[in-house]
Order: sequence, then structure tokens, then C-alpha cells
Amino acid sequence: MMPGPVRAALWAGIAFLWLPVVLLVAYAFSASPVPFRWGGFSLRWFAALAANERLLEAAWLSLRVAAGAATLAVLLGGATGWVLARHGPFAGRALLGALAGAPLVLPEVVTGLSLLLLFVALESAIGWPAGRGALTVLLAHATLGSAYVAVIVQSRLASRERDLEEAALDLGATPAAAFATVTLPLMAPSLAAGWLLAFTLSLDDVVLASFTSGPAGTTLPVALFSMLRLGMTPEVNALATLLLAAAGLTLAAVGLLLRRRG
Amino acid sequence: MRIALRLLPGLWLALLVAAPLALVAVMALSWQAEGVPPYSPPWGGEGINPENLRLILEDPHYRDSLAQSLVTATLTAGLCLLLAAPMGIAIARAGRWRDALLAAVLLPFWTGFLIRLGAWIGLLRDEGWINGLLRALGLVEAPVPLLYTEGAMLLGMVHAYLPFAVLPVFAAATRLDPALEQAAADLGATPGRAFLGITLPQLFPAMAAAFLLVLIPAAGEYVIPELLGPPEATLVGRVVFQEFFGNRDWPVASALALALLALLILPILLFQRLGREG
Repeated sequence: MMPGPVRAALWAGIAFLWLPVVLLVAYAFSASPVPFRWGGFSLRWFAALAANERLLEAAWLSLRVAAGAATLAVLLGGATGWVLARHGPFAGRALLGALAGAPLVLPEVVTGLSLLLLFVALESAIGWPAGRGALTVLLAHATLGSAYVAVIVQSRLASRERDLEEAALDLGATPAAAFATVTLPLMAPSLAAGWLLAFTLSLDDVVLASFTSGPAGTTLPVALFSMLRLGMTPEVNALATLLLAAAGLTLAAVGLLLRRRG
Repeated sequence: MRIALRLLPGLWLALLVAAPLALVAVMALSWQAEGVPPYSPPWGGEGINPENLRLILEDPHYRDSLAQSLVTATLTAGLCLLLAAPMGIAIARAGRWRDALLAAVLLPFWTGFLIRLGAWIGLLRDEGWINGLLRALGLVEAPVPLLYTEGAMLLGMVHAYLPFAVLPVFAAATRLDPALEQAAADLGATPGRAFLGITLPQLFPAMAAAFLLVLIPAAGEYVIPELLGPPEATLVGRVVFQEFFGNRDWPVASALALALLALLILPILLFQRLGREG
């Protein structure tokens, strides 16, 4: 049973979420230099985007930072989730769990400020990291991403008993072999999902990057943010259209893969 | 080996989560100074500086920014929940359309947070799409100022956080036992009464989680007030940026961050508790 108002709210909510997105895409093909005004069909803003070196450079940096941060987040968050789910009770487990989840609930300004203070203190104490740029942004994003990965991995492992691993050990597998052949495949889907999530978070972040990047580490969101402070341009429409197309294709590909498997 | 594996996440978290937070606390007790970096620590000869925290508590500028942030975050979370609760329930009950509807809620996210804010800027400007529509319909003569208002800021916040609020309600609604509502109907309850009396109360914890999931990040929001809000919407995120980057007053920025954390500690603990139970 679904009461009418519930259904109405669903459609209103979806319309609200999609309205700006649909208009963005539609007007990306308008020739008018004023955003959201129709001036005839044109691809000129895609061409302008392709010629905007500042944005392209920022986008390339962002992709590399996001890939690196997501990979580091999967390694460390995966290890954290596994330790929390499979190592039973040990001294400091509650503290580890609290620290692992902290970046999920801390406001971004607090995380960003705190990480910048860390990098400044480290630089004056041991000289590394020297200055701030892509590396410090990557570490900040990996910190946030690893918290998400840890939660996903932990809940995935907690949903399965340890009996499979124990069976492998009983049958004579070394702990390392049991981990590689049983636990790791069990974790794999959550590691993949976590990588994708950490990658997306990194590509969308302004606050952590503003705090932890120097003038040398302008990521795409930071560049976009400074553009948008001056107003909107039709180039942003074109960029949004490309991003949405990429996201739609990725989602379709993931859906196809899952359907084939399952 | 096992101990080493346990230590690795511990060291990472100690270095990149615990130590930075401790540094914020130390910075809040430090002195602003000329130089790079622009502070002198409590062990720098001047001792502990209690003035930053006192300033946050006493100066109306900072107190107002904290209060304004809490009000805005509460409004945002309330409005999100108002839409997200029925949306989550409806999607959970949509049968074979469930995955498609869930994707419809999540997909706009991949256009990027900033780009969606850019879209709102384009729509809300004086020469923007909405004002154009209002004028074309003959409803207004001159453009209505929509952008850089409290309303635009709230709209942007609700738009950005709505999907986060849908997910917990959706997840809880899929786990509901339909037999309970059926039993209520068999015992003579009208569908509306069965929904309000049986289904809705079971979703209260998830709705509380959704509310807090929006409230906590919204309280520290910086980008949305900066791009859509009026200059006088000095939410705490904006003031932290202003103090840190504008005034280069790292100690006051840190004290403000601590104050924000102190205000959010109860919602955070409550949220984690709901997460463990759900």
C-alpha cells in the first residue's frame, strides 16, 4: 500500500533533483554566451572547454590525485575494516573503531584544518612533506576515503561467519593462503565499491583540497569553485554534460557486469 | 604478523586522524604571531593562550555564526527529511522499479557537487531561467532577486544533501515486515491508519539517522553559503575560512573549529548509536 501523498513526494523529489541537471545538459548545446539562454544549437562550449588549459590541467591533476587517494584508501581502509571485523577483541579495538569512523562524522572544515596543521607541523619537524600540493591533497583524500572503505569492508565481512576461513585452515591452508583464497575474494566487491566511492569523494571535494593544497595543487573542484564565485559560464554546462555521460556509462557498465554475474 | 597488521591501521589513524585533532586543540591555545607559520605555540615562552576560546564564547560575531549554522543545518535536515522519508518509503515499495528509482535519486550526484551549484546559480540569477519564466508568465515585471539569499542557500543545501537522507529511510523500509501492516488491515485498520500507526513508527530510528546524517555536515558547510548565500549568512564554515585564510588567525580559526565540534558531539554520538542499533 502506498498512500498518494507518499507517491507525490517521490516524484516531486526526483523532479527537484533532476531539474537543474536536465537544464544544464539542455543548455550546454546552446550557442548563447549567457548560461541558460537559448541561442540556437551549437557545440561551441564543448570546443571552448577543450581549449581551456587551466581547467584541463586541473582535471588531469584531479584524476591522478583521486586515483592515488582511492588506491591508498582501499589498502588502508581495507586493512582497517578487516582488522575490526576479523581480529576479535584486542586492546585498543574500541579506540581503533572510533578513529576509523571519525572522518565520516567530522565536519569537513574541521578535518581540513586539522590535516593542514598536521602537514605544517610535520614539515617544521622533519621537513616532509615539503610544502603543500598534490601529495598533501592526496593524503587528505585518502584519509577521508579510507574511513568509508573501512566501514564498507567491515560490514561486508561481519555479514559472513568466519566458518569458511576456519574450514580452509582446518584443511591445512596457511593463514596467508586462507586470507588470499577465502577472505580477500569475500572482501573484493566491497573493496571495488570503496575504491569507486573514494575516487568520487576526491573528485568532488573543495574544502579538504583548499586547506591542504598550496598554489601548486589546484584540483578541478577548486578551480571550478573559483570560477563559480564570479558566476556561471556555459563551459560549466558542457563539463557537466560530459561528466553525466561518463557517470551514466559507468553505471550502465557496472549494471551489465552485475547482471551477467548474478 | 597479526600484531603488525593490527598496528598498520592504528599508526595511520593515529597520524592522520588523532594527531591532527590534537593539533587543532593545541592551536586553539596558541598565540597569533607574525611569521610562517603565523603562530607561536603554548610552549613558546608566552604560555597557554585562553583568549581564543573566550573570544568564541563572548564575541557576538562568533556566537552568532555558531547559532546561525545550527539553525541553517536544522532547517536543512528538517526539509530534507520531509521529502526523503516519503521518497525512501516509496522507492522501497516500488517493486520492479526499485533499482531504477534509486538510481534516479543517486545519478544526479555524479554531475559533481559544484556543477549542480553552478546550475542553481544559472537558474536563480536576475537574468536566469527562473526569472525569465516568471516574466514570460507575466507574474513579475522586474527580476526578483533570488540568488545570494537565505532561500537560495537553503535550496542548494537541500538539493545537495537530499540523497543522503533518502538512503537510510530506504534501507530501513526495505527491511520492514509487510505482514505487520497486513495484520493491522486484517484487524480492521484503514490503510492510512495502518501506515501511520504501524509502518511509520518502525521507521523513526532511520528517520532520526537521516536527520543527523544531514545535520552534522550541514553545520560546517562552507561552499554552499559561499556560492548561493548572502554575504551576511556568516555560517561557521565561512568564518573559519575567513579567519584562517583572510586574517591568518590560525588560533581563532582552530578555537572556532573546536566550538563547532563541541556543539556537534551530541548529534555525532547519537548518530553512531543509531548506526549500531540499525
